[in-house]
Amino acid sequence: MGPSIDVSIALVSVAPFLAALLAPWVKRFTGPLAGWVLAIVPASIFLFLAGFIGPVAENEVVRGGLSWIPAYGIAFSFFIDGLSLLFGLLISGIGVFIVIYSGGYLAGHPHQGRFFAYILMFMGSMLGLVLADNLFTLFLFWELTSITSFLLIGFDHSRQAARRAAYQSLVVTGGGGLVLLAGFILLAVMTGENSLTGLLTTAGLVQQHSFYLPVMLLIVAGAFAKSAQVPLHFWLPNAMEAPTPVSAYLHSATMVKAGVYLLARMSPILGGTGHWFWVLTLFGGVTLLLGGALAVRQTDIKQMLAYTTMGSLGLLVLLIGFGTKEAILGAVLYLCAHSLFKGALFMVAGNLDHGTGTRDITVLGGLREKMSVTFIAAVLAAISMAGLPIALGFFAKEEMYLAMVGGAWPDLLFLAVLVVGNALMMAVGVLIATKPFLGPLRPTPQAPHEVSPALFAGPVVLAVLGLVAGLFTGWLNVHLLDPTGGAIHNGAVDANIHLGLDPANPALWASVVTWALGALLVWRADAVRSALRRAGNAIGWTFDNGFDAFISGLIRSADAITRTLHHGRLEIYMLVLFIALALALYLPMIITGTLPAMPELAPLTFYEWGAILIAVLGLITVLLSVTRLAAIVALGVQGFAVAVIFMLFGAPDLAFTQFMVETLSVIILALVMTKLHLDARDHRMLEERVRDGAVALAVASGFAVMLVAVLGVDLDLSLTELFRATSTPIAHGRNIVNVILVDYRAIDTLGEISVVMAAGLAILAVIRVRFHEGRVPPARPAKSGPGRRRAKA
Amino acid sequence: MNTVIFRTVAPGIAALMLVFSVFVLLRGHNEPGGGFIGGLIGASGLAVYGIACGVREARKAMVVHPITIAGFGVFIAAISGLLPLFAEVPFLTGLWWIFELEGREIALSTPLIFDIGVYAAVVGAVSTIALTLESDEEHF
Repeated sequence: MGPSIDVSIALVSVAPFLAALLAPWVKRFTGPLAGWVLAIVPASIFLFLAGFIGPVAENEVVRGGLSWIPAYGIAFSFFIDGLSLLFGLLISGIGVFIVIYSGGYLAGHPHQGRFFAYILMFMGSMLGLVLADNLFTLFLFWELTSITSFLLIGFDHSRQAARRAAYQSLVVTGGGGLVLLAGFILLAVMTGENSLTGLLTTAGLVQQHSFYLPVMLLIVAGAFAKSAQVPLHFWLPNAMEAPTPVSAYLHSATMVKAGVYLLARMSPILGGTGHWFWVLTLFGGVTLLLGGALAVRQTDIKQMLAYTTMGSLGLLVLLIGFGTKEAILGAVLYLCAHSLFKGALFMVAGNLDHGTGTRDITVLGGLREKMSVTFIAAVLAAISMAGLPIALGFFAKEEMYLAMVGGAWPDLLFLAVLVVGNALMMAVGVLIATKPFLGPLRPTPQAPHEVSPALFAGPVVLAVLGLVAGLFTGWLNVHLLDPTGGAIHNGAVDANIHLGLDPANPALWASVVTWALGALLVWRADAVRSALRRAGNAIGWTFDNGFDAFISGLIRSADAITRTLHHGRLEIYMLVLFIALALALYLPMIITGTLPAMPELAPLTFYEWGAILIAVLGLITVLLSVTRLAAIVALGVQGFAVAVIFMLFGAPDLAFTQFMVETLSVIILALVMTKLHLDARDHRMLEERVRDGAVALAVASGFAVMLVAVLGVDLDLSLTELFRATSTPIAHGRNIVNVILVDYRAIDTLGEISVVMAAGLAILAVIRVRFHEGRVPPARPAKSGPGRRRAKA
Repeated sequence: MNTVIFRTVAPGIAALMLVFSVFVLLRGHNEPGGGFIGGLIGASGLAVYGIACGVREARKAMVVHPITIAGFGVFIAAISGLLPLFAEVPFLTGLWWIFELEGREIALSTPLIFDIGVYAAVVGAVSTIALTLESDEEHF
């Protein structure tokens, strides 16, 4: 008897995070074998998930999870149906080879352990994303994928280009995540349901709701940002700054597919409307063509692959938007085929880089004998990418063409878009598989050599899988296409793919046109490339420039606002703050006419009077003291007296805290004075003193009046009673203040200590910056702040 | 402030304050005290030590950088909140483990871990601030 399904299903997404914690140690102890050892984690997840293939094929939906924030109905809940299972298998399955590959690719890198940790965390985030049932759990993992991919893209953080790419992808996908959150919240509010399984049963209702359009647009925009649809596509090619295993993983199986997953998942809930159809097909179509064209333009193999990924994502979005049975089946098939061949080709690109020292396709040539295993893998993957028969890519293309042929004019237009897009991507695939390997051997920066087994295991296995899958169409129909297609289409799809080259089938002729066009492009590759380059140079503007313009505009406007509001004159800030406070205290009471009458003072004992007297004496000393240090200490005296008053009125915890806060304030204020080299004396002129004193009196009397007003109201003591009654029996503590802090309101405290820590960090940073900028010997006054003050005085 | 008397008694005062701060932290659940106030006492002790014996000495005595202590505090407070998830109760629910040791009742709990986290966060952050301000060299 293993753990319950609730725990084990949650572990699928948590286990990679635990493994990530251990990864650096595993690396240290196993050395070059670390990749093989760590691959056990994704492999066991894959096997665990594979166990669900049978039940899911029989339309079973597995649910499980742990409660998280029950008060809001938010649960750490997961479910497995056809769609999430397919994604889970792809992520964990390809993850196995990526981890092994990373072991070889980054062998000897000083931060390889850290790299393993990042990539495992990324894997866990992706698994959580596709298995999540609750919308907010999904969102959590969605953001985690943005953060972990930021870490991965910026892994080589000493290079400026990598840092820029990382932060660009974080801005785009993280911003998309926020838009998505807004969409989810609206969706949850309008349906009263925040689990996907619940939403799937309400399908049909959402489309008629008046909020449908905003919800649909928000969610689709979030998905577009993640899946690099035009005009938010520019981060994807830049993300190629990451080490190759990351590119292979992010751009084949995962990250970018998260948006596609979400659209597929939302298809039964939001799909089926004209808006959905046109938004998805138009953006998808444009992305497909632009991605294909830009891919052909590149010479760096990784960049070529990155742009075809963008095209493939456009293709998938188009098909999901199209939404017919055949289109969905085509999308599912293409999704699998693409994950396999793109993962393989990226690793081939990495191997070429590793084996020769360059990735420029115009430089490479004749490597078929020097790197024969890589060559075979590249050819097999390219066959699937080109959609030649028996490869998975062939069936994908047949099915998507089948969805379009025989329809009215928009269908034929989409068919044309698909044919051109597929031909462009095929051309890139064929070029990568042939150009570097055929022809005469060209000189390269390094002497070409075949790579280690860790490096060719992945591409070979993935490429072979993409090819032989076509031999098992019967199994695929029942175990893969029916459950996945059914989950997207929300109804049976009865997949029936089989290998048949029937000349009466118009889809086959569309494929033939694609191959012909693709072959033409390969033949004239150099001419097409230079033509596209000229076109690009003629336009002279890219979305990447647009991003830079946007960011610098944002910084300029923030700068303008900051300079207006944040002028650096502390006394003005304080004045504004305290005048606002006084107004906030007095105005409501004056407007509503509820100024309280002077209360009767309770008789005080002599020692209570004594404490008050000390406080007042402290205050008078503050006013009379000549030096600032004396004023600070005198203020401390007043604070201590107040602490004594707290003690006398039965609040020892408060008194205690007040004592410590006073002590530390005096110490820190005194230190700040010496640190900032403030003048020992206060140089304010008389009118300034009068002004500041008046404001201080107004605020102080405002607080007094407010407190009197509060005491005049009957306090609602139900919470106090509750705490008093339950503190000892339930929370095992007699000190209610502490029990509130660590138990009843622990989440508030958690927030507060985070703020305390952040404040410490901020002060540390500020002083360090000051030190490094100024480098002034302590005896001489610093240049900024205090200088201005002196100049004024 | 660097008088001989102060420099001689300060280490003793600091040690006393640190021990007292732990005492205040541990008694906090039933008597006045707790992690927050304990943390302030501890930080004051460290600040006193820093003023008397120099920031370099104080940092050496603390072994790790004070901001690390603060981060550690927030971390274990968060962990104490996550532990209850394994008992299938919501985030931050208190779990108690009460047993007898030589006739006295000992109570260990996730709120105690949480309170220790609060203590560490406050000690770390406040002493970071104090020591940073005290130092006039680059080893903050």
